[in-house]
Amino acid sequence: MTNLTVNLKEKIGFGALFLATMAVVVPVLCIIWLIVTRGWSAISWEFLFTMPRDGMRAGGIFPAIVGTFYLVLGSVAFSLPVGVMAAIYLNEYAKDNFLTRMINLAIINLSGVSSVVYGLFGLSLFVVFFRFGVSIISGSLTLGIMTLPVIITTTREALRAVPKPFREVSFSLGTTRWQTIRHAVLPFALPGILTGAILSIGRAAGETAPILFTVAAFYLPNLPNSPFDQAMALPYHLYIISTQIPNIRLDYRYGTALVLVGFVLIMNISAIVVRSKFRKKRW
Amino acid sequence: MSAIEIRGLNLYYGKFQALINVNMAVEAKRITALIGSSGCGKSTLLRCINRMNDLIEDVRTEGSVKVDGAEIYKVRPDFVKLRKKVGMVFQRPNPFPLSVYENVAFGPRIHHMARGSELDGIVEASLKDVLLWDDLKDKLKRSALGLSLEQRQRLCIARLIAVRSEVLLMDEPCSALDPMATLKIEELMQRLKKDYTIIIVTHNMQQAARVSEDTGFMLLGELVEFGRTEEIFTKPRDKRTEDYITGRFG
Repeated sequence: MTNLTVNLKEKIGFGALFLATMAVVVPVLCIIWLIVTRGWSAISWEFLFTMPRDGMRAGGIFPAIVGTFYLVLGSVAFSLPVGVMAAIYLNEYAKDNFLTRMINLAIINLSGVSSVVYGLFGLSLFVVFFRFGVSIISGSLTLGIMTLPVIITTTREALRAVPKPFREVSFSLGTTRWQTIRHAVLPFALPGILTGAILSIGRAAGETAPILFTVAAFYLPNLPNSPFDQAMALPYHLYIISTQIPNIRLDYRYGTALVLVGFVLIMNISAIVVRSKFRKKRW
Repeated sequence: MSAIEIRGLNLYYGKFQALINVNMAVEAKRITALIGSSGCGKSTLLRCINRMNDLIEDVRTEGSVKVDGAEIYKVRPDFVKLRKKVGMVFQRPNPFPLSVYENVAFGPRIHHMARGSELDGIVEASLKDVLLWDDLKDKLKRSALGLSLEQRQRLCIARLIAVRSEVLLMDEPCSALDPMATLKIEELMQRLKKDYTIIIVTHNMQQAARVSEDTGFMLLGELVEFGRTEEIFTKPRDKRTEDYITGRFG
């Protein structure tokens, strides 16, 4: 084979890889461009901070933003501590045995369960069985359970990335297992754990199906007052104004989508920033 | 009384026996070297003295190790007390990615030994003991990762001194260092031995001859010979020791 054909093959190979990469990037850019160009004109103080009017054809989306904010807060308040504790147990305490392998398998499967199944699960467990009703608390817990696998997986990766000598040194200084985890492992895994938490916030904010039966309201005249109230939420609101309400201005739909996507995007970018900071002071 | 007394020590990794009936008495405030080719069990023996082997799964130990006359292989060992007393310096200098100050303060903080100006005092005294204070007193807040390898290893020793260790176990502490840095650490060991009992594992026979008063030669899990360093190196009693130190194998 001559040098020429080898070079040609190399070029074709790299070209294919580059195209595959573009196939990932281009749709994302298209979506963002579409939403921004069509939705930007709707964004205003009134749109972001007032209640909807005229059967949601005018006014703002404030209650949906507030609802999503509460849901995200509630889901992280549940899934972060539980997920981090589970990850610490699995990574630092659990022995590699049949039970642990089953738990790992369950976590992998949990992240593959379709989100509408989480919705039905939340309906039967939190809404009906625990009698929380259709409420913020039911929705938050459902979203929390959905995001648990993300938090567990990223936390475990973060714990694993802490070099083994840190633990050894800490033990050799006479610390207990928990003191070692607390002082020689967790501080160095924190950026990775935060990354997972932020990613899970983005995921929780964007999901529709899990909140469909557990919390989301079609329209509420007032903001929720307690965790046991129903709430509006951005993704569900977007679904409603796109399918259920005739004669609504196009930029209202895209404006809502822009707020939602913008929020998720900001979350994901801050996750990247946290992670790159973490990389810079790598040991 | 010996500082460390080992009697009939056997250690198994699963089915593999890594230490075979080791008997050894280490005297206080001297430097004891353990030499032997890699895989002979010298690091394993070292890690028996602060029970670091217990971190590995499937390890089984028989026999007796006494530190200051107290048995450490009993049913309910006090790991915290033992490891505070018997500190370890590792092969690779491994400070935490924290400031110089926080590295030294790590142990005292966890053990609630001191805080505030008292903690400052411990940090200063520990850094002085390893001759780092003059170089680093203005850089206590800088990351320890910015230090040279030699300084890092000194810092790791200071970290032990800060929890008031009495025994320093050194597991090839110079193997990552260049010859000049090695010499400096060896000088430090000479300085420290008036206050500390030091056991050093080394694959470097010249180092053992230079720094230690007593030497143990290990081969395939056995402590073949243990005695005064000059005797081991000039008139070894065992043929295998002689073969090793004259370079016939290893």
